[in-house]
Amino acid sequence: MRSSYLLLAGVIAAPATAGTVTVTIPRLPVAEYHRPYVAIWLEPAVGGAARTLAVWYDVKKGGKEPGTKWLSDLRAWWRKGGRSLALPANGISGATRAPGQYSVALPADLRPGAYVLNVEAARETGGRELVTVPLTVPNGTARTTGKTELGAVTLAAR
Amino acid sequence: MKNITRHLIAAAALLALPAAGSAHRMWLLPSATVFSGTDSWVTVDAAVSNDLFFFDHQPGRLESIKVWQPDGTAGQLQNGATGRYRSVFDVQLDKPGTWKIGSENGGVGGSFKVDGVEKRIGRRGPPQPGAPAPLTVADIPANATDVKLTESSGRNEIFVTAGAPTTTVFRTTGKGLELSPITHPDELVAGEAARFRFLVDGKPAAGLKVTVIPGGKRYRDAENGMDLTTGADGVLTVTWPTAGMYWLNANLTDAKTNVPRATERRLSYTTTLEVLTP
Repeated sequence: MRSSYLLLAGVIAAPATAGTVTVTIPRLPVAEYHRPYVAIWLEPAVGGAARTLAVWYDVKKGGKEPGTKWLSDLRAWWRKGGRSLALPANGISGATRAPGQYSVALPADLRPGAYVLNVEAARETGGRELVTVPLTVPNGTARTTGKTELGAVTLAAR
Repeated sequence: MKNITRHLIAAAALLALPAAGSAHRMWLLPSATVFSGTDSWVTVDAAVSNDLFFFDHQPGRLESIKVWQPDGTAGQLQNGATGRYRSVFDVQLDKPGTWKIGSENGGVGGSFKVDGVEKRIGRRGPPQPGAPAPLTVADIPANATDVKLTESSGRNEIFVTAGAPTTTVFRTTGKGLELSPITHPDELVAGEAARFRFLVDGKPAAGLKVTVIPGGKRYRDAENGMDLTTGADGVLTVTWPTAGMYWLNANLTDAKTNVPRATERRLSYTTTLEVLTP
């Protein structure tokens, strides 16, 4: 758990990023709560291959099944790129997160242009939500809010 | 050789001819069509009924159901069981890619007269225990008159994908009515148009009538079926109104028979498609 906070701290130290995405996982007043699976990815605005920035799932699950069984519940992400990603993916895969605010850096090698930022969350015994917001690289900012499974999704230029 | 062919035709005639002249719908319903795990299993219901997808009439028959692995080789059907109203079986999706599961049925039905008495060829409906074996083409005597034979063949197949989708199992045989997907059948999304090409004997099936019916009939008043037609290029375009399971059925009657003395050929193609939310 602590190591994931350290990872987040690393975002700040990273040089020359094209921007930072901040995703809020809301605290939900439900009887049975499980942390959601979350995928964050970019698609070129004109269409094209998706680039996954992060996927948070049951990455440490032991036994025969490495935690990928429910990844297809992130339906849009799975269809648009998840299914062709070898998991766990270095720098992309991570454990599920508790409610709170999390930041992910846009890759430094991201080419300038117009993109759509996608954030999808799916929760066991809960709902699923896909939030999208257009953004430009570099120096773009963006802000939107999910309704159920996701809170604020923002993009800062740094 | 001729004898073998005759026996094959006779054997084929013993298979049920579900599509022929019956409103009952034969369907295969997979538990899901998109899988992300490394030890994924799909479980499939097989049944014959009017309302989709409710088992309330006859079970599907497992003997004719085959499995094609993503590389096109034969796969294995497991844990098969047949109940009063439905059959069920599992397939372990132990290789990544798109799998095909389904059956091909063919047969000959019809009638002839001997001394003014009409006799039927082929069985109607499911097999009844203790019933005499149905007559076959080989049983038509030389003095028969009014021989009317209809050849029928149909496919009922579903597609499920573990990991990234592949297309090897879409290879067509050039025989009968076949689906040649343009949109991958495991990539269907509500609100988006999907395109499928239908082929008859390997050539585009222009003007083919296709019915697409959403599941969940019990919980609404109307059937909400879509009656669609393929274009000159054999391509069908379907825009999915909502997410869910859909039953797709295409039928065609022509005179391009393969069985001697048959005057009519009935072809059918059936599949069940899962449409996901965007």
